[in-house]
Amino acid sequence: MKFSEKWLREWVNPSLDSEELIHRLTMIGHEVDAVEAYGEGLDGVVVAEVLAVKKHPDADRLSVCQVSTGDGEALEVVCGAPNVRQGMKSPFAPAGTTLPNGVKLRRSKIRGVVSNGMLCSAIEIGLGDESDGIVDLHADAPVGQALSEYLNLPDRSLDLDLTPNRGDCFSVMGIARDVSAMTSTPMAGPQIVPIKATIQDEHPVDLVLPEGCPRFAARVIRNIDLSARSPVWLIERLRRSGLREIHPVVDITNYVMLELGQPLHAYDCQLLNGPIRPRLAKKGERLTLLDEKEVELLPNTLVITDDSGPIGMAGIMGGLSTAVTTNTTDVFFEAAFWPPEFMAGRARQYGMHTDASLRFERGVDPDLQVRAIERATSLLISISGGQAGPLVDHRSDKHLPKNAPLELRKTRLARVLGTEIASDRVSQILTDLGLKTRENKSGWEVEIPSYRFDIDVEDALVEEVARIFGYDEIPETTAISETPLATANESKIDLELVANALVARDYQEVITYSFIDEETNTLVNGKKSALVLSNPISSEMSVMRSSIWPGLIAAASANTARQQERVRLFEIGKTFHGPVNAPQEVVRVAGIAVGDIVQEQWGRPSQAIDFFDIKADLVSILSMAGCESDYEFLPGEHPVLQPGQVASIFREKEFLGVIGKLHPSIAKKLNLDKGALLFELDAEKTFTTDVPVAKTISKYPTIRRDIAVVVNDGVTVAALQEAVESAASDLVTSVRVFDVYRGPGIEPGLKSVALGLILQETSRTLTDDDADAVMAAVIRKLEQQFAAVLRDKN
Amino acid sequence: MQSLSELVEQAEAEISGASDLGELDAVRIKYLGKKGELTSRLKGLSEVPAAERPAAGQEINKAKNAVQASLNARRDALQSSALAEKLLSDAVDVSLPGRGVGRGGRHPVARASIRIEKIFCNAGFGVRTGPEIEDDFHNFTALNIPENHPARAMHDTFYFPGGNLLRTHTSPVQIRSMLEEGVPIRIIAPGRVYRCDSDQTHTPMFHQVEGLVIDRGISFANLKAVLHQFVENYFERKAKLRFRASYFPFTEPSAEVDVEWEEGKWLEILGCGMVHPNVLINAGIDPEEYTGYAFGIGIERLAMLRYGVKDLRTFFENDLRFLRQFN
Repeated sequence: MKFSEKWLREWVNPSLDSEELIHRLTMIGHEVDAVEAYGEGLDGVVVAEVLAVKKHPDADRLSVCQVSTGDGEALEVVCGAPNVRQGMKSPFAPAGTTLPNGVKLRRSKIRGVVSNGMLCSAIEIGLGDESDGIVDLHADAPVGQALSEYLNLPDRSLDLDLTPNRGDCFSVMGIARDVSAMTSTPMAGPQIVPIKATIQDEHPVDLVLPEGCPRFAARVIRNIDLSARSPVWLIERLRRSGLREIHPVVDITNYVMLELGQPLHAYDCQLLNGPIRPRLAKKGERLTLLDEKEVELLPNTLVITDDSGPIGMAGIMGGLSTAVTTNTTDVFFEAAFWPPEFMAGRARQYGMHTDASLRFERGVDPDLQVRAIERATSLLISISGGQAGPLVDHRSDKHLPKNAPLELRKTRLARVLGTEIASDRVSQILTDLGLKTRENKSGWEVEIPSYRFDIDVEDALVEEVARIFGYDEIPETTAISETPLATANESKIDLELVANALVARDYQEVITYSFIDEETNTLVNGKKSALVLSNPISSEMSVMRSSIWPGLIAAASANTARQQERVRLFEIGKTFHGPVNAPQEVVRVAGIAVGDIVQEQWGRPSQAIDFFDIKADLVSILSMAGCESDYEFLPGEHPVLQPGQVASIFREKEFLGVIGKLHPSIAKKLNLDKGALLFELDAEKTFTTDVPVAKTISKYPTIRRDIAVVVNDGVTVAALQEAVESAASDLVTSVRVFDVYRGPGIEPGLKSVALGLILQETSRTLTDDDADAVMAAVIRKLEQQFAAVLRDKN
Repeated sequence: MQSLSELVEQAEAEISGASDLGELDAVRIKYLGKKGELTSRLKGLSEVPAAERPAAGQEINKAKNAVQASLNARRDALQSSALAEKLLSDAVDVSLPGRGVGRGGRHPVARASIRIEKIFCNAGFGVRTGPEIEDDFHNFTALNIPENHPARAMHDTFYFPGGNLLRTHTSPVQIRSMLEEGVPIRIIAPGRVYRCDSDQTHTPMFHQVEGLVIDRGISFANLKAVLHQFVENYFERKAKLRFRASYFPFTEPSAEVDVEWEEGKWLEILGCGMVHPNVLINAGIDPEEYTGYAFGIGIERLAMLRYGVKDLRTFFENDLRFLRQFN
């Protein structure tokens, strides 16, 4: 809501300067977004008349004018504006004046002709930031009057960021009411007196849908003359409130909307066909609006109709067929109440947003319509003449909203705010707010005026009192509440620890968007996601990610493009799955590594990272939730990973995640030529663990027995280990793999795996016989299960 | 034949002339070895008349001991200088960098969020989370934002077919927590939120932390105190706050909070208010018995202020050169 400060001060004029006013408005909830100053520093600039214009003898684009400032002889002035003409009235800065931009004017010769000052454009005198020549003042502007006096300058326009509950403040009057309350300054403002009908003409209105249009105040005014411009004070106020001059009827409806908050519409009365009927649009109906755009109306939209069909979109924009033009002589004014529930989101669905729709959506005072018509009538008659018909207030009282009276209890006020405010202060604040109150023993009975439809519960009154009293005046008191101790779940590993473990292994945390492009998501997930946004920002952010990888891969690729050769990233965040009506969210931990194992360093050759380096990183965090042997890495498949370098990770048969190497063809496309390794884990499944139960540590020495077996290359080490563990007795405390060998001495297609078994007893020292028995059983098992051949025995 | 003392003298000269352990050993063998000079003299005692033998033997043993002692001293000296030499050659340039894997870092938004959580958790707040794909009830209706409410239009909501949406704020966690846990309650809820808005100062995804305290006798004065303490602890300095009247459908009274960043320059940092009685009723809580406050903090905003980040969008560009500054 943008408006002129001078205009506001006509309604209420507290003894606050501009800065204080802006600060106080901000503090009571009307944040001042922008302040624009108009016409400061105009000392010396006066209204002047151009008596004569002739061409400059030595310059095509310049004119030499005779300018009168009312006293003394006419002054000779050189002017470069294309619009200068004889009889024109324009702001004039005589020689010696300093303009707002700091330029001091001197009497000077311009191409041989003496100029005694300057006729001014809007920019030059700080009245606007566009101009197509010098300012064309009204013909009735008094020659010689100081411009600042004539235009009521200087002024400021304030742009308030109104909260959505305060529809009543979309007007100078509405803001004046709050300023009056906050400063205890009485309201003034223009007297709005009923205009008597001088003709008996009415235009019929039929409220066929009273719930959609419970009130429609209307009046016919005939024989107006729209050839004259609106008065300068009115145009200036519109301009400082962000609206342009059109013609008096539009100017007046805009003016009344800004002043009182009631959007008005004016029809050319002669173009109406039969009675006005506000109703909902019918399917397929079309309407050409004032801006000459044709829309297909939706059945949830209120329209104003006559016998020809829709002639306006209620509370949003009028139709072109009945629009008022400068040739119009008879107008029909409408001031209606369109309920917010019929207006919400309607303009938006047509891609529209108008001053009227904004106000009706936020709520207009349902008791404002008659006053608005009276105000518009008196302005129109004073500017354009004409005779007014009777003001007809069509209404359906039972459909008009009513604000229920409320009780404000002293105890509630003190309890919610945490402080006591003196009763007379509260009474005064409520009264200043225009709320009729009666104080009783327990508090106040409060009647809510029609324009404060936002006050609908007792706590809203608490807020009103606090707001005017001043939030800053409320003390700070630390609450003393008993907080029971909360459990510390030991079997759930804090993901912060996981993050810090990855940081310690040189991974940088990133945050990537939860929505990604559909194609990538489908590729990574192997199937289409059902979680597609209806209104995405762009196709690159249109579907909820089913994996963190696309974001990580993109981030890694972008970083390599920025000359980062070694990139190691991780993210902990949600992935989204399942049908759109029952989505599942899963927290995952994912990482990517590109480049060398370690950053380039002295004394150690650089070596590109491979599957086992990232596996070690992964195992380091998996170890937080179990020992390495709890996890199974089984060969797997994945649409974006290189076959043969993919593993699915399990613990006790539960699938936890995937690790692998990005498929080289995808890596190449993304400029990750060196390859990338990836992992992703379901955080909730992975990072749970058992609370440890301590066992007795054996005090007897261990025996180590190593064997090397030759097996088929396809046999996984995990399978060998599992077989060893199942064959060995409880005496085996651990099995280690210390070598895997292929090459000379081993037939192609086979490999040699060296295993070390650690044996121990808790109650005695083991003998060689014990160990020999265990090893025999192990070897038998491996021979049976894998046709393993013992290669070597130490 | 040399006298015994001459022999000892000669031996000692050779001992001190030995420049390494090998030469020294040769000297040892020459005098004390099986065929060494002193050893030979001992053997030669048989030729000495019996009466003189004990005295002569004593003399020779004395000489032998003296030579042995010199040998030992020389050996110790040579060993320690050899060690010193070896250590000297083993010296390193201690300014060379250490080898091995480096260290990564946390994202600045995570870093800010962790601090915020820590401050509130120290005061007994619990941490809660909720779904990011929400339904209309939890994101809007239960928060006193019925259909057609003008506040809905301001939320720029991302929708899914069928009516689910991406939560526009962390406030739905209020509703879920109240319904699940009842009162009294004292929680914060950090997480991702989404708005259909993207320009210099908006990203379509950002982070908020919600705060909710409901108990008997909780007041606006308590809210003011907790937020003031929070801001001072977060920024680790004294701070002047101002509470401006504002509007959120789910709080009444509502306020926006500004911090005085520099003299006379106020920056908005969060929104808050007393939980609207309708919200309590929607969560099955009697607003006559319980009151409470709620607040919502933009984490990026606080991270930007704390770390001097000028452009919100850099948080999601994930440029390592930017991120490494926060390690």
